Parts: sequence; C-alpha cells; structure tokens
Amino acid sequence: MLEGGSTGKYLCCPLSFTQAGGAKVDTKRQPAVSMRGITKTFGKVVANDNVSIDIYKGEILSLLGENGSGKTTLMNMLSGIYYPDSGHIYINGKEELIHSPKDALSLGIGMVHQHFKLVDVMSATENIVLGLKEGRKFDLKTVADRIREICSKYGFDLDPDQKVYDMSVSQKQTVEIVKMLYRKADILILDEPTAVLTPQETEKLFDVLRNMKKDGKAIIIITHKLNEVLEISDYVDILNKGKFIGSLKTSETNAQEMTDMMVGHAVKLNIDRPEPKDVKPKIEISGLTVIDEDGIPKLQDVSFTINSGEILGIAGISGSGQRELLESIAGLQKIESGSIKYYEESGKAVELVGTNPETIRKMGVSLSFVPEDRLGMGLVGNMDLTGNMMLRSFRMGGGLFTNRKIPHDLADEVVKALSVDTPGLSTPVRRLSGGNVQKVLVGREIASNPTVLLTAYAVRGLDINSSYVIYDLMNKQKEKGVAVVYVGEDLDVLLQLADRILVLCGGKVSGIVDGRKATKNEVGLLMTSLGGAE
Amino acid sequence: MKNKTKNGIGLHIVKRDAIPWYKAMGIRGLALLISIAVCAIVTWALTRQSPLGVMQTIFLGSFASTRRFWVMMQDLSVLLLISLAMAPAFRMRFWNIGGEGQVMIGCLATAACMINFGKSLPNGLVILISLIAAVCAGGIWGLVPAVCKAKWNTNETLFTLMMNYVAIQLCAYFIIIWESPKGSGKVGIINQKSHAGWLPTIGKYKYLLTVIVAAAITVFIFCYMNYSKHGYELAVVGESQKTAKYVGISVGKVIVRTMVLSGAICGLTGFMLVAGSDHTITTTLASGRGFTAVLVAWMAKFNPFGMIFTSFLLTFMSKGAGEVASNFNLNESFSDILTSIIIFFLIGCEFFIQYRIVRQKEAK
Repeated sequence: MLEGGSTGKYLCCPLSFTQAGGAKVDTKRQPAVSMRGITKTFGKVVANDNVSIDIYKGEILSLLGENGSGKTTLMNMLSGIYYPDSGHIYINGKEELIHSPKDALSLGIGMVHQHFKLVDVMSATENIVLGLKEGRKFDLKTVADRIREICSKYGFDLDPDQKVYDMSVSQKQTVEIVKMLYRKADILILDEPTAVLTPQETEKLFDVLRNMKKDGKAIIIITHKLNEVLEISDYVDILNKGKFIGSLKTSETNAQEMTDMMVGHAVKLNIDRPEPKDVKPKIEISGLTVIDEDGIPKLQDVSFTINSGEILGIAGISGSGQRELLESIAGLQKIESGSIKYYEESGKAVELVGTNPETIRKMGVSLSFVPEDRLGMGLVGNMDLTGNMMLRSFRMGGGLFTNRKIPHDLADEVVKALSVDTPGLSTPVRRLSGGNVQKVLVGREIASNPTVLLTAYAVRGLDINSSYVIYDLMNKQKEKGVAVVYVGEDLDVLLQLADRILVLCGGKVSGIVDGRKATKNEVGLLMTSLGGAE
Repeated sequence: MKNKTKNGIGLHIVKRDAIPWYKAMGIRGLALLISIAVCAIVTWALTRQSPLGVMQTIFLGSFASTRRFWVMMQDLSVLLLISLAMAPAFRMRFWNIGGEGQVMIGCLATAACMINFGKSLPNGLVILISLIAAVCAGGIWGLVPAVCKAKWNTNETLFTLMMNYVAIQLCAYFIIIWESPKGSGKVGIINQKSHAGWLPTIGKYKYLLTVIVAAAITVFIFCYMNYSKHGYELAVVGESQKTAKYVGISVGKVIVRTMVLSGAICGLTGFMLVAGSDHTITTTLASGRGFTAVLVAWMAKFNPFGMIFTSFLLTFMSKGAGEVASNFNLNESFSDILTSIIIFFLIGCEFFIQYRIVRQKEAK
C-alpha cells in the first residue's frame, strides 16, 4: 500500500528503526510491553495483520491511524478484551497470555475506553472500588483517602464523593483514569481521550499525563489528532489498514510526514473556502428560547440569520445549546418562544416553529440534518445500508409497499462516491467504523438535494481523510447555493471552513464573527464569556 | 468469554461473520439430531423403555390416523395464527404478552353474536357480524395498552398481561349468564340444531378452513413486515424511537396501529376457534396458547415462515406427550422433559450460529 523505496525505512520493526535511525539508544530504555506478530481477524476482516510494537516505561506513545486501522483492536488485545489469533505478548520481558481485563490488570495494564463504564448513581469512590476484592473489611473512607493521595500525586482534580451523574465528561474520564491507577496500573491505555474534551480540559489531561510519565508509567494514547501527537508523545507508532507502518520519534517528525504515512499517500492539509456567491437569507431566527424538561433554559433569546450559499459555523463549549438549536430548526425540539422563518425560493416566509419533521417535509421545505448522535438518531444501527437510505425515501411512490430499488441504488452511489469501506450493501451499519457510518449519513442527507444542511460535529471521531471528504462535500453544497450550518468543536477547522461563525455561550449568542478575519483567541474568548454583549 | 486450560493453551470464542443460510440450517439440523439422541438416552436412563418405541409413540400422537393429523393441523394453525399476531409487535419491541386475552375476547365476541343473532338473522350475516365483532374486540384489547404506552409510556408487558385476566373474567361472567342447561356452569354447543353462525366446512374436512386462514395470514404478515411501508416504520420504531422521530415517523401512531393489527389477528383466531371448530366457549379455550405463541415467535426470530416450523414442533411434541403418557403409563411431565431437551438444543445452537470457538493456532 505504500510505495516501495521512499517509505521503506518505515517498514522495519520499531526497535531496529530507532537504532538504524540514529537515535541514541538509552540502555535504560526497557520495553514494558512488547507485542510481536499480532494478528486478529473478525470473520473475513483482518483487523491486525502481523503487528509488532514496543511500549516503554516513562514514555508516552501515540498510536496513530485512521478509523478502522486497527488501533483500538490492538489495544483491546493488550487489555484482555480480545484474544489474538496469533502472536505473542511480552510484559516486562516475560511472555504472558491475557485472557480477560482481569488478567490485564493483574499485569498492571489498564485501559480507559472511549465510552466510559461507570455507574451513574454511585460516587467516584464507589465506582473506583467497584468489583475489587480487597479481602479485609474495607472502609470507603480509607479508599477515598487513597484516591485523594493519587489525585494530589498526579494533579487530578477530583472530588471522591461526587456522584457520577453530576459529573462532566472530563470528570468522568478522570474517574476512569484514577480507577486504573488505584488498581496499580503501570501501563495505561487511553482510547481517544481528547475526543470529548474542550481545549482547556485537554491541556489539563496532558499535564496529568506528563506527571504520570515522570513517575515511570508507560502510557499509550490512541488518537488521530496530529497536533496532540506532536504535543504530548515521545514516540508515535503508525498503523494503516491493520498493518504496522512505522515508529517515529515525535521530535523528529512533523504533521505532514505522519499524515502521509497514516493515509498511505500524500494529503494536502488545508481546507478550501470558496467565496460565497448569491448570498441571501434562508432562515431567520429571532428570539428563540428553549427550556428543557427540568426547567433549565437551554437557549435564551437567540437571533441570527442563516444564508444560502454560505457556511455558517457554530462554535461553543459543548452543551452551550448547539444541539437544541439545530433540533429546533429541524422541528424536533419543543420551543418556548421565538420564531424560525424559512424563506422559500419565491421569497415567501413560512414559520417552522410548531412543526415536526413530517410537517416540514410536507411543506416542501427540503431540510437535511446530520445529528450529533449518528447511530442513535441519524441511522438505525441494525439495518443495512439500503434500509438506512430508505429512512428518507421510504414514503416515496404511492401504494402500500416500499420501493427498495431507489435506496439500493442510492446506497451503491454513496458507497462509491464517498469510498465507504463496507463488506456490502446488506451489512448492518453498526458494523462499520465511525468514519464510514458518518459518510453513509452525510451521503444520504446530501442526496435529498437540501436547501438547508444542518450538521452537528460532522467530523467528530473521523480520521483526516474522511474529514476532508466531509469538508469537500460541504463546500460543494455551499457552491450549489445551499445554506450550510456547521457545528464544530475544532476552532482551527471552523476558522478555515466557515464564512461566518456564530458563537454560543450558555445558550446565548455571544457574538457573530467573520470567519476570514477572526482569530482563534477572539472566538475562544467569546466561547467562555459573553464578550461584552450585555 | 474464555476457556483457559492449565497449560495455558486457550480456547476462545470469536464472533462469526454472517454465515450462509444453508450453513445456519445445517447447524440447526445437527442440533435437532443431537437433541433426539439425548432424548433417547434420557428416555432409556429414566424409564428403561425402548427409546425408539417412545419416539414412535410420540410420532403416532400426530400421525396415527387422519383424524389425529387434522387435529394436529388445527392446533398448529391456531398456535401459528397467534404467533403471527405477536410478530409485528415484537419487531417493534412492544412486548405484547396479551395474546391469551386478545384471543379470549375474540371468542367472547363471537359467542355473543352467535347467541344473540343466531335466531333472528340469516346464517351468512351472523358469521359476518361475528367476524367483525371478534376482530374489533381483539383490536380494542390491543388498542388500550398501545394508547397508554404511546401517551404515558406505561409498561406494555404488565398492561397486556393484566388485560388477559380482564378478558378471562369477562368470559367467566358471560358463561354463567349464557349457561345451558341452567346450573351446568357450561355454555354447551351454541346453536347446536340450527348451526347458525357456524363456519362452513370445506368438503369433509372440518379443520381445513382454519389451516387456509393461517396460511393466508402467514403470507400477509410476511409481506407486511418485509415489504410494506408500515412494516418498515414499525421496524424503525423498534430499533430507535429517536430515529423514527428524526425522519418524521409518528411513533405513537405506529405503536397504536401495530397493536391494533396484533390484537385483531388474535381476535380473528378467537373467531376461528368458536365459529369454526369448538362452537362453544369456556374460560380455557385459548389454553395458554397466547403465551406459547411468544415462544414460537421468538424461536423463529419473528420470521413468519420459520414460525410454521416452530409451531409445528411444539404442537407435535405436545400431542406426542399425551400419547406417551397413556401408552407407557408415564407421567405427562415426561414428554415435557423431552420437549424441553429439544427446545434447549434448538435455542442453544443459535450461539454457534453467532459465534465459533477457536483454538489458538500456535503451538507453545
């Protein structure tokens, strides 16, 4: 998959690479973990193909690769969730068989998964000791003290008595990490730890990780964010389509080189932003207020305009009302007050407040929505690609029966156009990797020729290649004159892609800035305060 | 998820890819054969009777005579009809366990029409009115829990279960009102002389009509679930209500519509029981088949054609049970043991269709 000569240097095993690469070989550098010739298949899919990596004490290793490149699978084998079909695992030089997460923990290996495994109604302390057999009569107070000790040692910010349901995502993650440390893990695996964090929270996590590294722990971060790889890790191991591509010293590489290795061919790293043409108001929102079931205001007096032929970026700390805003426009949200006016081609305005998706469709408003929750809302995980395409088109045509030919053709088209990696059209979408799921969803939403395209975190969890495919698609829609809304979390992307950026803060609009002129700092400030709007 | 031997060579379980249908059927067939072998061993070990003899007797329970065959077919059809009624609701993840009550209320409605209009209206009209009444009554028994689920998100399992008792108690009440002769506590054969409201028999086959109705409903439910817009909508609602709302499917409407259909088919089954075969009403007319149907539908994974097989299996075994009990002087429970062995293997083999067990390839 890589062209011969030029990339040949990556293909050797990691240890010999560091030697051949001229890096100083520290005699103290001992691998905490060596995985050798690991192969794992799921049915016909080869998730890992003869992968060998080393993980060292007192270092942070980034495991880099696109979606579906086998990063998580490889680490799941280290943490006992899967068992390799073949290959050997050595822990501190001794060969071990890891059959379960329990085996892994007894060897000092702990993994923090992308989806946290905590009991909501229990406190941090209770979650941390849950399932431990301490033998003697145990006392939650001493446990809490030990937890405090761990926290102060590494710089965690955690209240052991806080209930999990009261916690933010970042706090839950902290509980998961402390849980592993409490169980005396020396080898810590973090699966995409920053995917759900704000920039500030990410910084805090990195500080903690550096402290843990100083303490001699071996840390592995699964990621596909290049800037983070460069910032935090000492070494980076790159996987592509289940194969080990190479190991690089982070201080001696750069984003472009890593991307090329990860993707397998050269990629350009900037986003296009065509000049908007023929800009006119498409949706005008005024005084929109949404109050949730518990009486907490989610949106307060929000007013702005979405224009056709333009990409409107929406920035904000997660939970600032982005979801409620998009769902209000899509007719899925109970609205307290305010109005959402949609301008038809003729210039006639229709009110969208008080409608639902069915009435919006019947009104002839062609609105597409890529929700944040892909498999829970946008798609049906257990249905195949054709069945999911049908979600939008199953009503077409008269009669009582569905037409499977049209969605089948559409699925085929989307798979080809967006190079969706799937065994076939009759594969349930839950079996596809995150990026491919998103391609299916975006592909379907764009296929209905919308006049308004709403997207929530369209590239969350996607690798670089897939992300650029999505940016491209949105630009194409913009050029077609579609009003595109892009709710994003990566400010760098927002500033490169959006024509205007609306910043939400605590359910209020704290500012609307020009995407071409605004700076990251300016937007960041608006995200955290009302920026003098009061 | 693992099976570790002492020397460390592990067996582990791996999820299969989708496997071709013939392979899946092969595994199921093998499971059936093994289960029969186990049945033979158990039979011999517990009773010292010849396993072959017992099995032959089980077989004769359904096939000893033409009459027995038709009785088996009638019971199979009734069980199949109720199972078919369950399938759309289950696909929608609406756990309807009220089949029993929905059937009974259909029986009651039919009996009421036959008794009240039997003398005054022409035969064809009585049948038509009974049919409509039974289907509506069953439909209402499905409607009530569905509306409450849609409006207030009540628990459908408890609700449908309690509706069973309401239906059965109503039957008990009316049986006393209609009892004949007085004091017998039974309704007796309704319109025994006039045959008013009795379904016609096709040729000399008393039960053929039920079989034909069951076959027609099988095809109908299959098409409804797999090819109709309604079927697609209910599948989406079952998988994710959020997705359904997102694409503009009215979740409440789909729940109500599906449950009315489910109840209506049960009502129809009740009609077939009273007007078609039994011509009387007792509180045990449904005889637990409303619950057995849940098992039938699940074992066939809600596939209507699969349900033909599963309902045959259960009917066949229960007929065999009675026969074994009387011929060998064994307790009736004995054939329940055999039935459960077979069900155990058939359900258990699904594991091997989903997963396979592999040994680590490398020698240590």
